[in-house]
Parts: sequence; C-alpha cells; structure tokens
Amino acid sequence: MRFRISISRKSGLADPEGVETARALTDLGYSGITAVHFGRTITIEADDGSTAATVTEMCERLLANPVIEDFTVEVLE
Amino acid sequence: MAPARYVQLGMSDSEFEEVVALLGRQPTDAELAMYSVMWSEHCSYKSSRAWLARFSSEAPWVVVGPGENAGVVDLGDGWLAALRIESHNHPSFVEPYQGAATGVGGILRDIFTMGARPIAVWDPIRFGTLDDSRNRYLLGGVVSGIAGYGNAVGVPTLGGEVEFADGYSGNPLVNVMALGIMKSDQLVLASASSPGNVAVLLGSPTGRDGIGGVSVLASAGFDDTAGSKRPTVQIGNPFEEKKLIEACLELYSRRLVIGIQDLGGGGISCATSECAANAGLGIDVDLDRVHLRENDMTPAEILMSESQERMLAFVDPGDLEEVLGLAAKWEIEASTIGTVVEGGTLQVSSDGEVVATVPAASLTDGAPLYRRPARRPASLDESWADPPVLPDQPDVGGALLAMLDDPALGDKSWIYEQYDHQLFLNTVVAPGHDGSLLRIKGTSKGLAVSTDGNGRLCSLDPRRGAARIVYESALNVAVTGARPFAMVDNLNFGNPENPEVMWQFIESVEGMAEACAALGVPVVGGNVSFYNETGGIDIPPTPVAGMLGFCDPMPARPPRLDAAKDAMKVWLIGSSRGADFAASAFARIVLDHLGGRPADVDHTLGPKVVAATSHLAHAGAPVLHDVGRGGLAVAIAEICIRSKIGVDLQVDHWTELFEESPHRCIVVADPDFDVDVGDLPRRVIGYTGGDRISFGPLGSVGVGEAAAAWRQALASRMTT
Amino acid sequence: MTAAIVVFPGSNCELDVEHALGLIGVDTELVWHRDTDLTGFDGVVLPGGFAHGDYLRTGAIARFSPVMAEVERMAREGRPVLGICNGFQILCEAGLLPGALIANRDLRFICRPVLVVVEQTDSILTRAATAGQVLRIPLNSYAGNYVAPTTEMLQMEADERVVLRYCDALGDTTSDNPNGSTNAVAGLTNAGGNVAGLMPHPERAAEDILGSADGKILLESFALSLNDRAAASL
Repeated sequence: MRFRISISRKSGLADPEGVETARALTDLGYSGITAVHFGRTITIEADDGSTAATVTEMCERLLANPVIEDFTVEVLE
Repeated sequence: MAPARYVQLGMSDSEFEEVVALLGRQPTDAELAMYSVMWSEHCSYKSSRAWLARFSSEAPWVVVGPGENAGVVDLGDGWLAALRIESHNHPSFVEPYQGAATGVGGILRDIFTMGARPIAVWDPIRFGTLDDSRNRYLLGGVVSGIAGYGNAVGVPTLGGEVEFADGYSGNPLVNVMALGIMKSDQLVLASASSPGNVAVLLGSPTGRDGIGGVSVLASAGFDDTAGSKRPTVQIGNPFEEKKLIEACLELYSRRLVIGIQDLGGGGISCATSECAANAGLGIDVDLDRVHLRENDMTPAEILMSESQERMLAFVDPGDLEEVLGLAAKWEIEASTIGTVVEGGTLQVSSDGEVVATVPAASLTDGAPLYRRPARRPASLDESWADPPVLPDQPDVGGALLAMLDDPALGDKSWIYEQYDHQLFLNTVVAPGHDGSLLRIKGTSKGLAVSTDGNGRLCSLDPRRGAARIVYESALNVAVTGARPFAMVDNLNFGNPENPEVMWQFIESVEGMAEACAALGVPVVGGNVSFYNETGGIDIPPTPVAGMLGFCDPMPARPPRLDAAKDAMKVWLIGSSRGADFAASAFARIVLDHLGGRPADVDHTLGPKVVAATSHLAHAGAPVLHDVGRGGLAVAIAEICIRSKIGVDLQVDHWTELFEESPHRCIVVADPDFDVDVGDLPRRVIGYTGGDRISFGPLGSVGVGEAAAAWRQALASRMTT
Repeated sequence: MTAAIVVFPGSNCELDVEHALGLIGVDTELVWHRDTDLTGFDGVVLPGGFAHGDYLRTGAIARFSPVMAEVERMAREGRPVLGICNGFQILCEAGLLPGALIANRDLRFICRPVLVVVEQTDSILTRAATAGQVLRIPLNSYAGNYVAPTTEMLQMEADERVVLRYCDALGDTTSDNPNGSTNAVAGLTNAGGNVAGLMPHPERAAEDILGSADGKILLESFALSLNDRAAASL
C-alpha cells in the first residue's frame, strides 16, 4: 500500500516562506502570482494491513502538528 | 445563553462596569476589544503594579527606567545600553518552537524600538523533568525556536539557564533577555510628540495572529478546555524582523523618526494608545489603511491582532516620503494609518465610520489596579520543620557523579551549540562559563550578563530565595571583572487570585528589592507573568534576575573555567556559615527531598564578596567560579573537567562539599598570586594536580569519569 | 585595493567581515544586493547570514539578486570571489562552485570551533597557508553538509579542488566530521583557483581575544589575491 500525505499550514496563519518566494518569483518576471503556500509531501509505503484510517492516525499523532497544520491522506495504490 | 462578549474577551464584571462608567455609555465592539487587551494582566500589570514600585530604579547612570520599552543605562563616552527581559510562557506550551521564536522576536523589538542595535540574547528556560517525553518535546522545540529565530534574525544568544522541576510540567517557562547598544544621540522614545505627526505602521501585514492572546492566554491558566481556547498561533518571521531592524536603525540615523513603539501584546491598540498618552495627545486611526494579511478582518480583530514583526513610527509629515522610500528599499511594507491630534482621544475609523472613541490615557493609566489578598501558605511551616535528613557517611564520589549526571547541572552545550554565540565579534566569554562578557569594539568597555532563577529555592522561602538569586546573578557577572550595574527581573508566578501566590509574589519582590538596594543596583525594567497554572496547580514562585554588569576597562585576561593549570592553589572566599541543604541539588538528586528553611542572605557580606571577586578578575586570577547549585564539589568539578586537571581538596566535613550557602567564590591561581579580598573570610582549600578530583579521605572521582558523566547529562536524555 | 562585501537582505556577517579584513589592512565597501555595478572592485566577498531568510533553499533566492551578474563577471575575469558560509551556499546555487550544501547530518544547528586542515595552497583562500596546516575556526550553520554527484566529486578530488577538510587535532580527515560533509569537505575552489567557498567563518577567528586567530591566514590569502588583481589593473 502506498499513501501520499500532504501537509500544509492552517489557513490564517502566517507563511513567511510563501510570501518571500512569491516576491522572488515576481522579481524574476512572473507577473500574476497572487500567493505561494508551502507544505510538505510524505509518502508512506506499508504492508497491506495499513489503511487510510491508520495513516490518518499517524498524521494526528506525529506527522502533522495539529496546532498549526492541516493534512490530507491520499491512497495511491 | 452565550456568555457576554466582555466575558468572552476575558474581562470581569467590574472591569466592564468601569468601562461603561468611563465612557458614559455602552462600549462598541471595537472599544471593548481595546479595553480587553489593554486591561489584561499581561498588558496592564493590574495585579502586580502596586508592588513593583518597591524596586528602586534610581542611579546616576540610569537614563530610562521602568515604564518604557526597555531600560537604558549610561556607559560613558556617549554610549548607552538598553536591556529588557520578557516571558512567552503560555504560547510556548501551545507551540514550543513558535512560542519561543516569537518570544525572541518580541524582546528584540523592545530593544531596537529604543534606538539600539540588539547585540545579544539570553534564555533562562524551565521545564518539567525529562523522563516525561512531553517535556523533552517542549525543551527541544523551545531551543530550536530560539535558535531558529535568533540565528536567522542575526542576534547571538550568549547564554541562559535551564531548570527542571515537576512544577513546570504543565507550564514551561520561557524567559528571554536582550541587550542592545547605541550612541546617546540615537535614543528614541515611544511618544507621538506633536499634533500633525503621522503614524506609520511598518512590517508584516496584520492577520489574526494571537487574537485572544494577551486577553485570554496570558491572563488565565490552562484547563481542560485549553484546546478550544487556543488563539491563532503567532508564527515568527526572523527575516522580516532583520529587515525591520536595519530599516529602523537607518531611520534613526537619518533622524526620520520622532517616536516609535513596537507592536507586541496588545498590537495596534497598545502602540497607538501608549504613544498618544505619553505625549498627552490623541490619535485618529483609520483601520482601512492598515496593510492586512486577511481581507475580512473586523475592526475588533485588527485592533487586537498580535501579528509579529510590526512597528509604529511617528513621523513628521515632511519626512513621510523619505520614510516610505526607505521602507521600500528594505522591502518592508508600510502604511500610514493615523494622524496625531490635539486633545487626548484615540479615535478609530473603519469603512468610513467611527468605530471607537476613547480617552487614550484610559487604556493605559486608567487600567485597574488590584491589591489582591495575600496569605502565607499554611504548608510553609511544615516545610521548614522538615529539613533533609543527612546521611552520616555518604558515598561522596557517587553523589558527585550523580549530580554531574543531572541535566540541569551537566554540560549544556547540547543547547548552546545550537545558538550562534559569536556574531558581531563581541563575545569575549562565551556560553559555558558563569557570566557572559562582551566587548564594545572601539572602546575599552565590557558588558557582562547573567540570568538566574531557582524555583525550588523560592518555593521554600520566596523572600530569601529571590534575594539569593540576585546575589548569585551579581556574582556571575563579577567573575568576569564587571560590577553589577543594572537589573531587569522576570517574575513568573501562578494564579494571582490565589492568595498564597500573591503572598509569594510580594515576598519575592521584597527579597529582590532588598538585595538590589544592598548592591546598589537599580532595577530598570521587568516583566510579570501570572497565571502559570494548570488544572489549579500553580508553578513554584519563580522570580528570575537578569543582571547587567559593566567594566571599563575589561580585565586584560578575563577569568575562565578552563584556565586552571597544574600546581595552582585553590581558595574559597566568603565563608560557609552553616550547612544549607534545604533546596540543594544534593537534597534533590541524592535524597529526593525538598524541605527546611534556606539560609538567609547577608546584605553586608554579599556586596563585599561581589566587589572582591570583580577586583580579583582585574588582578589576573585565571579562574573564578561562583559556588552555586551543587555546592563546592560541583563547582570544583566543573573547573577540573573544563581545565582537564585534577584537584586535591581538603574540607573538615563532607557537608561542606554539597551545602549551598550563598556569597562564596572559588579562586584558582598560581601559589604566589595575591588573593587580596580585604577583610573577607578566605582560606586555601586545596591544590590542582593529578587526574583525580579528590576530597582526601572523603572520596575521589577520576576527572575522566566526571567529565564523561557531565558531558552526556543533558545530551543523552535528548537524543533517545 | 578594495573588496566589495555584498549585503543581501538577511545577511548578517558583513560588518564582521569588514572588521576582520580591516584588521589586516584591506579596504572594503558594503554593496547592496540590488547594485548592478561592481567596477573598480578588485574582489568580492559574499558573507554569512540568512539571505532571504534561507527560505525555499539556502541561497536559492539570493543567487538571482541583481548584483550576482557582476559577481559572475568578476569570477569569469579571474578576480577573487570568496563565499563564507551563506556565501558559499549562494555560490553553489549560482553554479560558480559545484555541489550543494544541505542540512547537517544530525539535523541541528552547529555553532562551535572546528578543526580544518589545509589541503592545497593554490587558491585565493589558502595561498598564504601551508599544506597540512591545521586551523581552529568556528563553524556556524544548519546546512553545512556538502554534497555533490559522485562523478563531480571524483573529478573535484582528481583536480585537487578541495582546499579545506574537517579533521581532528592530528589532521586526520576521517574523524571529527561535524556535519557529515562528503569527503569532509569544508572548503573548495574552482578550477581557476579564484572562486572559493568555505563553511567555517575565518572572520570569527582573526583575534586572540575571541578565542583563535587561525582564520587570519585565510583572510591574508584573500588579501594577497586582491593585491595581485589591483597590481594587474594598474
């Protein structure tokens, strides 16, 4: 089983990296950038016993910080 | 039925009634938001101010005392130093990295808002014991946050301290002290100065960060609903702050700023009202002009926001274009949000309508003042009647190793090697010794700093404990050759509505005030953090001293813990008048006991020992070391470990090795070095040499073995 | 002879570099990253710090700063170009030096003195030193771990482009690697020997009062190279 986890900062919280990268892209000539948001992708490969529910639990316990992050779990195969 | 709006904002019934009476009507939502923030414990010090006047801030070298953003002292020859200490306790429990990071950001702004370049930071931090993984997580997060912010913003972290005790498990303490220097013509105050001046908001766009922060988080303890009460976590941006520092310093050098205030707890409400009130004027503010991160913020939210990395500058209208140009050069956003006016009214508009009209001074000076009831804890007499029972023949070597293996006493390099402690090329005595020592390039002047607290000690006797902390801090700067020059205090306590906590607070202030007076050290500022409690359990009373020392010139070779050589003499100055084990590390680690009454300070002896120590540093003593936690044995072991040399120590009784009476300093120097301490008690207690730390017939430990225990004490517990 | 010290938003070691070079008689001028004309400078230093907050990747945004076109020109013309710490990271992102700097092996920021051994003296950074000399210089970085594709690494070693390696007190480079750098690389140079980068901070080890003056020899090497360029321009 393969799962893809996308972790992103909760909306409403400051994202300094996103702001500075948007500015850098604009500086490089890419007009029309309205926002850049940073996140992380984690792929988990596990044996057939794992489910999206288990992986969700992993996110809640360790992989994401629920105070400042949201996450989605995608089952790849 | 939902609780009233003012209750949701953390105000009491009487406070709300006070606002109604003051305005002569019901407050608008925006007005209520401002009062809830400005009259919160964190912003108004309503439970503590009555007693803070006990501190003396008078001295010929004090330029700015308590009440401004930072205390400022005169170093002579046109040089000034600014210092401040702040806490970020509650946010660090919620999110340790960001809580600590934004704590650093906040204190730095308090420094550069005065006109000074921040040149160093210290972090006294406290957690529950490390056997609990949650506390390891908090320590790791806090240290990473201080490093992540401090290193990136470009201000070195030169030291601090760490204490572990059960009492901090639900309430870690993150205090941060900062120091800045400037030439005397750079000093800027937080004043709106004259009508017609424009208020320019500089820095990060305003978002919902920290809404509910000071009014909710720092003004109430944690309980089971802590999750739902979480305000929007403040995220630090050290890069923005670095640009802000450089932009502000350039604004000052070009004389473009008349007054300036940083935005911390209380945000725009605080900055506008304080600057207006300080000048006896008013301000018209237009919230539509505030540069925002979120498009749909209400006026109340904008006024309460604690978004980081923002400053409010007051500028002559003729200079406005230049100021905006400078901000653009540094890639900082700026918006002109208000105008200073005659009268004393703070008027706030939004969307074409007036949403708040309040007397500016009512937000600041008009804040409530509480003299809450205080009551001596009944349990205190019980504690005093229960001193540690000392063994007849302890395993001295084993005890010493157990103490060196303690994470609070052992090697702290796991922490401080994560901090840039060299930037600016000022660091003469780096982390790992007693006090830090910085030079001021181009001068012969030196500044020394130490931050010190001891919750266990203060829990047994807040007055004596607080006084002893001040003397310990004074000695920690004296060993560098500096004389204690000014102090800032961080007072961390539980719920002030608990009369026993109020008693602890008042006693601590008294103890600190007495010690500072005896030392001739003015208190130039401080911070009070109340409501450090979880589930009704208050933290131990934890006053922290942030001591600044000054010397001109610096000693030619400042003493260091690793400068002991073979065949040197070891002296102890100051005397052991008794066997103080009450809150000792020996009682904690070997006996697992906390009880008895700690020994008192000596306001005659204490200052003399401090002065004599500083004198010895200038006389060239290679090693000077304050005897603190762990007593004589730990102090001498630290010297031996760092210098890689053994010692042969002679004491009459084993208790002399581990007891913790105050006012003592170890001197290690060549046999012919003149240990001139006037009429102070002093005696030779041993000689360096060999490869063992030996206490005669009482026992010994190999230097290598001691070093191994000491080196892994903290690191091994954090890298499981 | 004058060296430019580039200041990016977020750089923080520029005043220290100015101070340390000043101690050995080198004139310097601070140059803002948006400056597009470095004519008249005999060499350039990219100092340490956190250009653009180290956001995205360290050095990733700074390499596109307007000033970098001039830095690249100076490199092509054989002038001395020195990158210290963040400066080294920027030179790698800009392709002026091979490889990249990634997070330290132990995933913690490291600020402490380290020992490095001089591998070769044919660069602007090491020409005044002696091969085999061990120097004590502070490291101060989170991303000091040098990596490069294997083929590039082999080529660099064959061409003797590594100028400094982490080592122990005896100069042994197989031990005491603080950050996991491949082949213990602490500093390297380009083929022409005029572009050099190192992670440790020589400007922090130029005065005994600060703990070590071992960094002076590296700064003096740079000064010699500036002098040659200045002389060549006359």
